[in-house]
Amino acid sequence: MAYQPDRSQYPQPGPDGKLDIDLTSGKYLKLWQGPNHPGITGNMSVELTVCGDEVVEGKTHVGYLHRGFEKLMERRTFIQCFPIVCRICVPEPDFNEYCYAAAVEELAGIEIPEQARWIRTLILEMGRINSYLMYLGGQAGALGQGVIGQWTTYVRDLMLDRFEEMTGARIYHMFILPGGVRDTLPEGFDGRMEETLQELESTLADVDKVMFHNAVFKKRTIGVGYVDPSLIDQYGITGPVARAMGFPRDVRKDDPYLVYPELDFEPVVGKDSDIYARADVRRRDLLMSVDLIRQILAKMPRTGPVMAPLPNVLHWKIPRGETYIRGECSRGEYGFYLVTDGSGYPRRVNVRGPSYTHAMALLERLIVNCNISDVAALLVSLHTYPPEIER
Amino acid sequence: MRELYQRLQSLFVLGELTEQRANLFFITVEKDRLRPLITHLRDREGLRHLVLLTAVDWLEEGQFQLTYLLCDRLTRRDLGLRVMLDRANPVMESIHDLWPTAATYQRELREMFGIDFPGSPRLDEEFILEGWNTTPPYRRDFDTLEYARSQYAERAGRETRDPETHMRAQLYPESN
Amino acid sequence: MKPELEKRIVRTPDGQEFEVDPLRDYYCEAAPTVMPAAYGKIVEDLFNWARSQSLWILGFGTGCGAIEMRPLMTPRFDAYRYGVQWRPTPRQANLFIISGYLSTKTLKRAIRSYEQMQNPKYVVGLGSCTINGGMYWDSYNTIKCLDQYLPVDLYITGCMPRPEALLQGFEDLKKLIRAGKCEGANKYSENFDWYKANQKQVIHDWDMPDYNW
Repeated sequence: MAYQPDRSQYPQPGPDGKLDIDLTSGKYLKLWQGPNHPGITGNMSVELTVCGDEVVEGKTHVGYLHRGFEKLMERRTFIQCFPIVCRICVPEPDFNEYCYAAAVEELAGIEIPEQARWIRTLILEMGRINSYLMYLGGQAGALGQGVIGQWTTYVRDLMLDRFEEMTGARIYHMFILPGGVRDTLPEGFDGRMEETLQELESTLADVDKVMFHNAVFKKRTIGVGYVDPSLIDQYGITGPVARAMGFPRDVRKDDPYLVYPELDFEPVVGKDSDIYARADVRRRDLLMSVDLIRQILAKMPRTGPVMAPLPNVLHWKIPRGETYIRGECSRGEYGFYLVTDGSGYPRRVNVRGPSYTHAMALLERLIVNCNISDVAALLVSLHTYPPEIER
Repeated sequence: MRELYQRLQSLFVLGELTEQRANLFFITVEKDRLRPLITHLRDREGLRHLVLLTAVDWLEEGQFQLTYLLCDRLTRRDLGLRVMLDRANPVMESIHDLWPTAATYQRELREMFGIDFPGSPRLDEEFILEGWNTTPPYRRDFDTLEYARSQYAERAGRETRDPETHMRAQLYPESN
Repeated sequence: MKPELEKRIVRTPDGQEFEVDPLRDYYCEAAPTVMPAAYGKIVEDLFNWARSQSLWILGFGTGCGAIEMRPLMTPRFDAYRYGVQWRPTPRQANLFIISGYLSTKTLKRAIRSYEQMQNPKYVVGLGSCTINGGMYWDSYNTIKCLDQYLPVDLYITGCMPRPEALLQGFEDLKKLIRAGKCEGANKYSENFDWYKANQKQVIHDWDMPDYNW
């Protein structure tokens, strides 16, 4: 028989709906998970109030990585913003570059060349693979399977090599800039990419065996961290978390950008909405990205310019306007809201990261009645990256 | 999208319309009329996804602009609602009961712009900054460089060039 | 002052009442002392050699540089072969890598983590943003010059530094330790008041004891 905790000791909600937690009663313990904790995704923290080993209240604390990008960008000209935008989010920096570049192009009325659109799509899909690989390692690591992280980091390194030969950098590529991309693909890139993809697929087959068919992993994830599908709009849930609920919500399909209309794919959908389903959706999404990269390399044009002619970037003034650009990153809907006022500087930039809603309001709701040992797995399964919450 | 605007116009008093893309419109709304409109859009028109809530500081005009961006994911359309607030007394009605996640945005706006949303949960708790004691940092009249110089020790020997003249000398030497 | 840091009366099960001051309860407030060198140079050299061979890093990713730590732990770069490994708690670590920019909020946590580490301990600043602010030179929320607040033994430049640069940095740090030049912790004890004054100038809501370990 399953263990049934005695809930009579637990705090009861008062008339105003707030839990009556009296820390001096000795029944509760305040526990901080993070910022310096192995089971936390990046530099953030969760303040847990526990009764026994069950969480009765959780509060997310962010701000440890705040650099004030939105303010710094107001002080920089449009072209000077380009090197700093990628630093907003470390594990998948290319989405910042794409969203910013697309927003500037839309307000300035620049049309980018055909080849640049394909290369941008390629970079975004490669970045998505990197991000998912980090996720798989983290998800397994949160449940004690350290070896998965070793394997996925190995493949991620191979993917970073492809990035390096293409852009010259491992992490911050600074390749997608307003007007196009910096360069064409290097010679022999397709062959080496294919080798990497095959290595990735064989590693993923191993991961499938060791992680997804592991009895402990299944036991600790199936049915844990369930997200009610009715919460999807109230809590602004997007991306794999929404797809694991059964909603085929994918910006690549819903609001196609770049060359996604010309590619053949269907959003990956799960049905259980627990940690296992989210991990499985991401694994299948990763395989879909592999397929998309193959399609892109087969279909993309190899001639023509990659950069649209820009005005003199030192005196580049963009007329007053506002726009919102979105894309589907590995965590969900990533967007840039850009306001210009006719001067050479952005008036306001606002970054809408998917973790913003997932890690704050949604996590604080899900974490209640969760075991302390499951908090790390739950947090990773929402795939939160704190830098995009606080910028 | 156009017919949505016409439908709304027959029901509500709407301000200026900006058509940014075929599926992205921005409409200016009066401060007091936002709540019925946004509830109508959420419940009747299917714009159920609150994409973001943010503010723009129009310092010269003495106004804050709040932008509520709503999205209907089935018909692929976005609608931005602009609300202008008086910069001297920025108070706005909270919408955390319509979207629980809006409370997070309102906490950020309170901290970064100093816009008040009475009734929004945990509004007075520190969100991103800690021990902040001057002007809210995202306001235009807050000078981040001056603050950084007065606050943090700098290493001697760092050369900071005016980017515009430096880039001009590097990229377009003939124009000098 | 946060409510959980105020003094409170606690009642024990047998009915006694006593006052708890959280700020004095959990920490030692004694200032750090200088750790003298061992008697005899040859003994100190032996100690330093041993210290240099086991750099245990505190796994606290304070900024974006932390993303290159993960590849270092895997077979491709394999920092373990140099005696470098990552520990989850400050008590077990002797090397604190400040991996990039430090916002003032993280600086507070970094100071506490650093003070909880046992002697001998070393600090490495990673990336140009720890040296002079780097990309964030005009940001209102990040410190520009790490050695004003924590005693830094070595800087590794780059934005961000590659894993190879990190490995080279570890080797350089080992050379410095063997030469007996990594005296950061002692410098911190000697100039304790100066460091505290600098820290308090940046951290506005100082709600912890001056020295906590």
